[in-house]
Amino acid sequence: MEGFSILTAMVLVPVIGAAVVALIPRSREDVIKAVGLAAAVLVGVASISLAFAFDANSAEYQFVSEASWIEEFGVSWLLGVDGISLFLVVLTGILFPIALVGTDPHRDVKGYTAWMLLLEAGCLGSFLALDLFVFFLFFELTLLPMYFIIGGWGYEKRVYASLKFFLFTLFGSAFMLVGMVALVFLSAKGTAPLTFDIRELAERGALAEDTARWVFLAFTMAFAVKVPLFPFHTWLPDAHTQAPTAGSVILAGVLLKLGTYGLVRFGLSLFPKAAVDLAPVLLTLAVVGIIYGAVCATMQKDLKRLVAYSSVAHLGFIVLGTFALTTQGLSGGVLQMVNHGLSTGALFLLVGMIYERRHTREIAELHGLQRSMPVMAVMFTVVMFSSIGLPGLNGFVGEFLILIGSFVTRRWWAVVGTAGVILAALYLLWAYQRVFHGTPEGENATLTDMTLRERAVMAPLLFLIVFLGVYPQPVLDRINPSVERLVRHVEEKGGYEQPAVAVNGAEGVREERQKKEVEEGQAKQQESERKLAEFKEAEDKAREKARSGGQ
Amino acid sequence: MADLAYLIPALPLAGFLGLVVLGRRAGDPRAGWLATSAIGLSFLATVATFFELLGQDAHHREVTKPLFTWIAAGGFEVKAALLVDQLSITMALFVTGVGTLIHLYSVGYMKGDEHFARFFVYLNLFAFSMLVLVLSDSFLFTFLGWEGVGACSYLLISFWFERDTAATAGKKAFVVNRIGDFGFMIAMFLLFTTVGSLTYKEVFEGLEGVSHAAIVAIALLLFLGACGKSAQLPLFVWLPDAMEGPSPVSALIHAATMVTAGVYLMARVSPLLVEAGGALTVIAIVGAVTALVAAVIACAQDDIKRVLAYSTISQLGYMFLAVGSGAYIAAVFHMITHAFFKALLFLGAGSVMHGMNDELNMKRMGALRRWMPVTGATFIVGWLSIAGVPPFSGFWSKDDVLLAAYDKSPVLWAVGLLTALLTAYYMGRQVFLVFFGEERWRREEQDGVQGNEPSRGRPEDRSEAEPPAEGSHSEPHESPRLMTTPMVVLAALAALGGLLNLPFGKLKFLEHWLEPVFEEAEHKLSPGAEDLRLVLALLAIAAGAGGIAIAYAIFMRARRTAAFQPALLKRGSGGFDDLYSFLVERPGRVIANFTAFVFDARVVDGFVNGAASVVRMGGSQLRKVQTGYVRNYALGVTFGAALLLGYALLRMGI
Repeated sequence: MEGFSILTAMVLVPVIGAAVVALIPRSREDVIKAVGLAAAVLVGVASISLAFAFDANSAEYQFVSEASWIEEFGVSWLLGVDGISLFLVVLTGILFPIALVGTDPHRDVKGYTAWMLLLEAGCLGSFLALDLFVFFLFFELTLLPMYFIIGGWGYEKRVYASLKFFLFTLFGSAFMLVGMVALVFLSAKGTAPLTFDIRELAERGALAEDTARWVFLAFTMAFAVKVPLFPFHTWLPDAHTQAPTAGSVILAGVLLKLGTYGLVRFGLSLFPKAAVDLAPVLLTLAVVGIIYGAVCATMQKDLKRLVAYSSVAHLGFIVLGTFALTTQGLSGGVLQMVNHGLSTGALFLLVGMIYERRHTREIAELHGLQRSMPVMAVMFTVVMFSSIGLPGLNGFVGEFLILIGSFVTRRWWAVVGTAGVILAALYLLWAYQRVFHGTPEGENATLTDMTLRERAVMAPLLFLIVFLGVYPQPVLDRINPSVERLVRHVEEKGGYEQPAVAVNGAEGVREERQKKEVEEGQAKQQESERKLAEFKEAEDKAREKARSGGQ
Repeated sequence: MADLAYLIPALPLAGFLGLVVLGRRAGDPRAGWLATSAIGLSFLATVATFFELLGQDAHHREVTKPLFTWIAAGGFEVKAALLVDQLSITMALFVTGVGTLIHLYSVGYMKGDEHFARFFVYLNLFAFSMLVLVLSDSFLFTFLGWEGVGACSYLLISFWFERDTAATAGKKAFVVNRIGDFGFMIAMFLLFTTVGSLTYKEVFEGLEGVSHAAIVAIALLLFLGACGKSAQLPLFVWLPDAMEGPSPVSALIHAATMVTAGVYLMARVSPLLVEAGGALTVIAIVGAVTALVAAVIACAQDDIKRVLAYSTISQLGYMFLAVGSGAYIAAVFHMITHAFFKALLFLGAGSVMHGMNDELNMKRMGALRRWMPVTGATFIVGWLSIAGVPPFSGFWSKDDVLLAAYDKSPVLWAVGLLTALLTAYYMGRQVFLVFFGEERWRREEQDGVQGNEPSRGRPEDRSEAEPPAEGSHSEPHESPRLMTTPMVVLAALAALGGLLNLPFGKLKFLEHWLEPVFEEAEHKLSPGAEDLRLVLALLAIAAGAGGIAIAYAIFMRARRTAAFQPALLKRGSGGFDDLYSFLVERPGRVIANFTAFVFDARVVDGFVNGAASVVRMGGSQLRKVQTGYVRNYALGVTFGAALLLGYALLRMGI
């Protein structure tokens, strides 16, 4: 792509939007809202058209836009999209306008809108960047707006929660910074020029094995905090509980994906060998997170905290799929990033709508809402089933691919992960029963059902939840080539081979079996030849003996 | 060929979508008629497909109808496709047939319910899911239907969501089923790993190279799934509670169709089971023990619907006993006759409740046949059928099951025979208490044994909306024609269903029809067993007659209302609920509470906060750095980065 680049434009539009918002007087809230929404919608439309323009047959980065920036260090403005990032970009494009329309900050609309737009730019930049330095900038850029959104528009303990969020993430980022610098400079050893281009870095693979392992761990530290992976997750429930609804939606929907996306994009492609070697550690943390998150979610008294812990469990599935290192696991993981964004985003929106009416998140305070809010109950049920992983809705497709893909290489981890599926049903259905079933009394009995606007906000999410459950193939068709390329890359550089069945299905199993039979046949033949030779030798000896004896 | 097969699931789906779009506008009774015609037309499509298959040569009655690629990644690919063969069409026939009758009944039963339209939305969605389950050509697509019917079951059990018991029962059903689904899912993973495909055909073709241990594991894991869905030990505890749903739901989902899905799955994978050796024995034993245990618990129930629930569990046990004995045709035969008579009994129970102001305790009933002649007569037909009285349908199918069990092991047969006696007894008890004897409902609070079961069924506010004429002294009344007609049709089917597969040469219609499907898996009876058929049949008749005689002696002659009801059996699920609560729920709660509020809050998070305070106390100099202003931290990061960068540059010598 030369000249105008759609990707650069997508990153710049929200920044420009934020700048425009900053110039509008504080009192003109309606104009601010309109500008903010217009920018977000524009990006949303662009992201969707990107998905349609995307060439599903190609595994390469597409719509690449490149401009040299700091030449001395090999830093360049480098954006591109492939099957792994494409739908995360679309997800970001869809969730931001929904979060902006669907929630009300109640105060200081100006600051709120500006921060939200900057946050969107940060998220998009992170997903699109192919230059490590640019990625790091955007990755850090997401931090500040979210910090201010939680701290400025959150609930009672917002200061504690926002600071915790900030420090945790910063802590992780520090590791990544060191890792990044080390990677870039060590890769440039000898004659090769400095570069931050991840395509180039992945190709070079210049780090010694144990160095690569340390650098991989440094990167992983940053992403593990972001995901969050057990035991780095404790910032998440606080951040979610205290964040305003839009903050929770974006945090769960998009921001956490920066962690899992980072593991896939940087962890696997830059350090394939280290990823293969250290996979058991990450897999273990992932399945511990699946069970642990679900167990903690079961007992929560605060509805938002419950959803937050469920995210810990769900993100555990994604990490499980990623480090299963099979096509199915990774494709499922990438798809599940999108699915989780849709269903958990929707859950937070619904919980937010309840909060707007009842001003409480306490499960014990809510009761019998299905009678006073039947439409809300229907929507909650659908989203809940999506989150539980009911076939026919989006969550199942990703979860199933992850589990079947990890079973092929990591049987027992997958079995534990599958057990987590039971728990998901338990905590969500129990919460639903306590909140929606029964006969409402007092305030619960007089709540107004969802407004037309709220229904319109939820409609696209519900549509996608059903569509991706029934017909996920258009999405998978675009994800698969890039995932297959990545797995091949890991195989080549990581000294690893995924099982034949993951590549070729029944055909693969047959080939494997035939190969084994041939090998066994050969071994048998060699064995019999050897025996024959031995026998002959013995015979010869005997003959010789006889001859010598005879003489 | 069989192009109409697409319509079989498509029509209920269309009905569901139509009702969703119309919402409340569809209203009462229009929503009901719409849903009923959707499933009715689906039945016609099934009949048409059936005759089309019948016109084919016996070995060309199998055809796959592809729809679209559902999920594909790398070497994994699953299509949404329908498999039309003798087995799936047989299932589809009784699912849509019985389904239509129950839809029709529901139009009358649910009349006046506030959520009338919603009920039929769920009902059509259920029918669609069930037909996907039955007609699918792969494990995964079957699983879609499998989970779909589970979700509908959840929604319909907790249909009267204001009732706490209904809400809890719905949740319990879903969660317990999930334990079974765990098995189903792992079985699919294993199949993919060892065979590389999830379509039935490819799996059965690819079994040759799979190790015996893997096949046994797959069979047992699938059976775990079946145990959940079909309410077998140890996962049966959800079904009795599921009676919280409206009676037509109990009839359709929790008796005739959904709960037989586990048996269907076992029949579908018969080529796999035949290779699994020991797994079959496990299935047979679990089936036989479940049949017996559930029958014993049924004897102690006072709730008219709970008796039927345990009876369903027990009868499903028979079907698994048949599967475990390699008698798939007998299992399917019993599934069909059971669908007829059990649906009939549940509809009868619903009709009794309808006429008795939602009374459920059989001790407060009696002599109802005089007030509800049609309900009484049809219920008695259902009773004779389940009790195994010839020539009613249950006799023939149960006889096939027992014969096969005898060939497997006389011990299993003996358990089955004892169960048959108990079945005749508890069903006799039910019929005598409800339809014969004294009009106990005239006297309130009789014999001090107030049912420890509260009146289940409909929410109070509904009864308030339609207050009974004069409190509990209002006279019972027969249900409207809309409800009795389906019962009469089902009664005819329950009486004559045996004709499907009479054990005489050419009259074995079902056997000839299904034979090609089970060709290799079906166990051939040993000649010895075949010779004993008549003797065993006579013994079965004797057991049935004995059970009825005992019930008659106690409840008709002696006019008692209670016998053989130890407290243990009367408690939730015959004590199993208590056991599970003790073993799983309470420890689970403690562990989860500890994890969430002690370990996570104090240990994991405490470590973080602790580290922070150590740092804070560590030095007064450092305290100044902890300003809490993010801009300062950001500055720190920048400086740190610059330092590192500088260090790296120096090291590189640049």
